[in-house]
Amino acid sequence: MKTLEELKAIKDKMKDKVVLREGTSQKRVVVGMATCGIAAGARPVLNAFVEGVQAAGLAQDVSVTQTGCIGICQFEPVVEVFEAGKEKVTYVKMTEEKVKRVIDEHLKNGKVVAEYTIAEYKA
Amino acid sequence: MTEISLNILDITENSVKAGATLTQIEITETQETLTVKIIDNGCGMDGETLNRVTDPFYTTRTTRSVGLGIPLFKLAAEQTGGSFTIESAVDDGKTESHGTTVTAVFYKNHIDCTPLGDVTATVTTLIQGHPETDFLFTHQKGEACVCLDTRELREVLGAEVSLSEYEVIKWIEEFLNEQYLSL
Repeated sequence: MKTLEELKAIKDKMKDKVVLREGTSQKRVVVGMATCGIAAGARPVLNAFVEGVQAAGLAQDVSVTQTGCIGICQFEPVVEVFEAGKEKVTYVKMTEEKVKRVIDEHLKNGKVVAEYTIAEYKA
Repeated sequence: MTEISLNILDITENSVKAGATLTQIEITETQETLTVKIIDNGCGMDGETLNRVTDPFYTTRTTRSVGLGIPLFKLAAEQTGGSFTIESAVDDGKTESHGTTVTAVFYKNHIDCTPLGDVTATVTTLIQGHPETDFLFTHQKGEACVCLDTRELREVLGAEVSLSEYEVIKWIEEFLNEQYLSL
């Protein structure tokens, strides 16, 4: 059974780590979570990023956050990747499968998955 | 929407945007019905706004002029023969009791009733995205109840550790899944 004692143990373990991490995220992954995004499947996409970033050991460098409607509802689920000093990358029609490649190639190795971006999207 | 839980996620996002510090999500099931109640203490809406929110061509956002969240939730309930109501008290700066309550009743056995879906994912997604606001989630079915109150978790975690930390979200996910085993 999950208990509050267990949560307390997590807290004690995390306390020091959190201080270290604050403000150190190099990349920011933003998932559109308005009606359009949610209806198109943004919830599993977001969770795939949360899980995948952790599994890839990137939690220190990548933050995963949510936003509202980005204004291109027909391309949802839309994911934007922000990185200091670089141009924003917009991935469209995202799926859990595509998330794996974005994490491996873009977030881990810095190579944008061009074919998933809005610029390369073909209906 | 393919799951009622996605409607819940969508509508609760409105509560967060309305500046709610506490949003209650109540699911109550009987043999025949499933009732979803979302109660927030956000800024509320005046009568004129309230009359327009079920209109798909009304929205507060500026990116485009269509707002489908509430109309879709209303439709999902009404297409099962159920009902949808929304009540609101605007924050006038004087009274404590302001905010919005959305109630949707679904007839579970109706052929057009959308499945409830993954409620745990909805709750963890809300907490991950909005760790600074509180959520009180309950799902009652007969005598059994699934319950999560982020205020209790916040008390344990203190100010140093955010509710959106991966380990905390995982704990919440398992905590809810465990309770769902006995619902």
